[in-house]
Formats: sequence, C-alpha cells, structure tokens
Amino acid sequence: MARVMAVTGNEAVAEAFRQINPDVCAAYPITPQTELMQRFAAFAANGKVDTEIILVESEHSAMSACIGAATAGGRVATATCGPGLALMWEMLFVASGMRLPIVMAVVNRSLSAPINIHCDHADAMGARDSGWVQLWSENAQEAYDNTIQAFRIAEHVDVRLPALVCMDGFIIGHSITRIEFLEDELVKGFTGEYTPLNPLLDIDNPKSFGPLVLTDQYHEYKYAQHEVMWTKVRDVVLGVAAEFEKVSGRRYGLFESYRLDDAEIALVILNSAAGTAKDVVDSFRERGVKAGLLKPRLFRPFPYAEVAQALGGLKAVAVLDRADSFGGYGPVFTEVCSALYPLAKRPAVINKIYGLGGRDFLPQHAERVLKELEEIAQTGRVSVIKEYIGVRE
Amino acid sequence: MSARGYSELPVGPVILDAGNSRLLKTGAWRTINRPVFKEENCSQCLLCWLFCPDMAVRVEDGKVVGFDYEYCKGCGVCAQECPGKKGQKAIAMEEEKK
Ligand code: SF4
Ligand code: SF4
Repeated sequence: MARVMAVTGNEAVAEAFRQINPDVCAAYPITPQTELMQRFAAFAANGKVDTEIILVESEHSAMSACIGAATAGGRVATATCGPGLALMWEMLFVASGMRLPIVMAVVNRSLSAPINIHCDHADAMGARDSGWVQLWSENAQEAYDNTIQAFRIAEHVDVRLPALVCMDGFIIGHSITRIEFLEDELVKGFTGEYTPLNPLLDIDNPKSFGPLVLTDQYHEYKYAQHEVMWTKVRDVVLGVAAEFEKVSGRRYGLFESYRLDDAEIALVILNSAAGTAKDVVDSFRERGVKAGLLKPRLFRPFPYAEVAQALGGLKAVAVLDRADSFGGYGPVFTEVCSALYPLAKRPAVINKIYGLGGRDFLPQHAERVLKELEEIAQTGRVSVIKEYIGVRE
Repeated sequence: MSARGYSELPVGPVILDAGNSRLLKTGAWRTINRPVFKEENCSQCLLCWLFCPDMAVRVEDGKVVGFDYEYCKGCGVCAQECPGKKGQKAIAMEEEKK
C-alpha cells in the first residue's frame, strides 16, 4: 500500500533519500541549500538512516567530499541548487570523469546577479556539459520517483555516471502537494545493494584514483564518457522506468508526450510550467485546435531521434526555456532544433524565454504562444525566432 | 606505457596495478648534475634517503651505499639536506657527463 501524504518537493526527495539510506551525504548546510538536506539531516540525527553526513564549508567542498566518499566505495547522494551548483562546477567534471555514480537533487534556482534565488533553470543548464545524466521533474511525485530511479541509472554497470534530478525551486521544492510514497521495503528492493567498481577501501587491492592523463590518453577517456552517454544511458533509463512502473504503477519515458499523436502545433517545456501548459493545451483542444506538448525528462543524454520522431510531423513548435544562453538561443531550443534538422520535412520552431528568477508562468503566456503557433502553422511564416515572454518594456 | 584504445581503459581514470611508478624511469630527466656519494663523510643519518623524492638513494643493511641513477633525477635535494661530517658533505653534485 502506498502512503499518500501532503509534503513539499524537498521533503519528497529527502524521503526518497531516507528510504535508500546512502552511505554518505556531504552538503553545505546554509543558503543556497534548500531544506531538503536539513530534512535528511533530521533523519540521520534521529537514527532513521545510517548515513554519514559531512557538513562542509562550501558546495565545492560538498562535491569534493562526495567524490572522495564515492571513490572509497560508498553510495553517495547530495542536494544543491542555484549558486551552490555553480560553485560545484569544477568538481562536477571530476565526478563524471571518474565515473562515480553520485546522485544529486537540484532544486532549480536562478543565478546572481541581480541576487535572486527563485526558480529558473540557469543552474542545471550551466551543468549541461559536465557529463552528468540529467532527469527533470514536473512535480514532487516525479522528483521522488526520478530520485529513486536515478540511483539505478547511475549505478548500472553499463553506465557508472553521476546523475542529477531537477525540480523547480519554490514552485515545487517549497510547495506542498499530494504524493504517493512507496513502501520502504519496495524502495530498498528496487534500488538494491550497491556494488562499487574499484573501491579504495578494498585495501587488499591497492589502487590510485585521479592520475595525470596527458595528450596520449585523455582523448580516449573523454570518448569513453561520450560513448556511454550516447549509446547506453537511454536504454538503461527505459529499462529502469519499465521496472519502476511494475512496482509503482507510474509510467516514465525519455519525455512525456501530451496529446501529441495527431497534433499540428506543440509546446516543448520542462518541469513545473508543463503542468500549467497542459491545461492550456486542453482548452485549445476543446476549441478544435490540434495542440500538444512535449515535456523532456531525460535532458542529458538528449534523446534526439525520439524527439525528432515525436515532433517531426508537426507544423509549428515553440520551445520554452526557463534559462537563456545570452547571445544564443535557449538550451532546450538548440537541442530540439538539432534533433529536427536532419529531417527532410520539419516544423517551424520558435524559442520563448520565460519565468526567469521565478517570474510566474501563467496560462495566458501559454495561450499567446499557442496562438502564435496557429498563425505560423497557417502562414508558414516565422517573424521572430527568439523572444522573452511577458517582459516589460 | 603504451597508449590504449578507449575500450581497453578502466571505467574512469584509476590505476589498478599498484606500484607501477617503477616503470617511469625518472633518471632520464637528469640533465646538469648527478649526486656522488663520499662515504668517508657520511654519518649514516639517512636524511638523504628520507628527503629523496624518487626513492633513488640506495640503502643496504640500513646504510647508504650510493644512488640509483635509473631513477635519480638530479634535483640535488639530498646534497642540500646532507649534514655530512665535520662540515664536509657526503654528497656532492657533480656535472653530468654526456
Ligand atoms: S639528486 Fe634528487 S633524485 Fe637524485 S638521489 Fe638526490 S634527492 Fe634523490
Ligand atoms: S644525508 Fe649525508 S650523512 Fe646522512 S646518510 Fe645521507 S649521505 Fe650520509
């Protein structure tokens, strides 16, 4: 029997961590940390988990300690957000380069300046190229489910890469919603025992981690990372999702296709704003407009072929990004365009930047974009490719 | 060490065969000077052995007997640290003969 509770997104992921009971969690305990780790620390203080919690002096140190614990052979988890993830940046590459299956919750927040810690995706998009698997979550339920699956994906023998699980700061992280928790035994059975690959604590077999690798070999190590991301992760994500569906009844894929089958126009949008946008898609459908939505779940590796298949037959697509690459297009937009470009016939694609620094994404924003797509679908003409939504002039 | 293909690498850069730094002959780095042992000035304090970054001070039965030039990179740390006897160092850095 599932336990139905009303909790915040942060509490939901802390609960997943409690059920998984990692060996080590290293975290920086104050701002920009969320209450996620505080909740988990309470579990540790109350003896609900055996986890060794290391409180460090910065997020850079938090990831460093996670890397040390993971090389020692521990199952390691942590959480961060916004500027905290930015400060970890250097160490993110060390974690993935050393192929350590650390799981990290990222409660998406904006980056300064100006100082603002409300929701946007600048933090995780900044970590896009760091070699971590990225799962994105619309709500607390998905964040909880993705966290449990992330351990299986990261630790899979064909993968052995760190994974981060995103959910929107404040909108999901701090808001209370209904959630179904799985039974402890079910989660423990699902995630299983972790077997580290080359643990340093196996002192009968001494080894060295992190050697200097120069021009004659670095290229090959990077290719190995590319190869596992490019050819292995997608199948593992789908396999783990299929198993997860058996224990939870909840289905996950590489992305969610919402009313896309016969759609002519569609929105592509990550995380919580997809919830709002789906309602608007419904109202357009009621008016007879063939609208749909694609919500990416696995953003790294990006499932190009599958996205191309899902969107290729449409007339017009708007990709909504809650992060910008100043002087470029939004990060989701460039991926969707890369996916569609090889097709002989492809939809017109536009890019909207929305909701930076926690600005609300409202139904009328989605409405306006869908109306614009209707027009593009009719005329075949795109006037502006990239635009900010709801910006005051 | 031979360059390996990506599929021959361990998962992540980890050295699994312990002690393989023996394969790196740092003696080839020596260009200007090499340490020369003057036994008559040696008090067998073993400071040279302790300080040598490449374990290139040869010790037999607890006594310094000379240097392993396959690994000695000629840094001169041993000669710098050597207290010797009566103001006479037991290690001299002499010009490396080509
Ligand atoms: S010169 Fe340097 S490397 Fe050579 S024996 Fe002395 S300390 Fe060791
Ligand atoms: S440091 Fe000098 S005196 Fe001491 S053992 Fe070495 S050579 Fe002899």
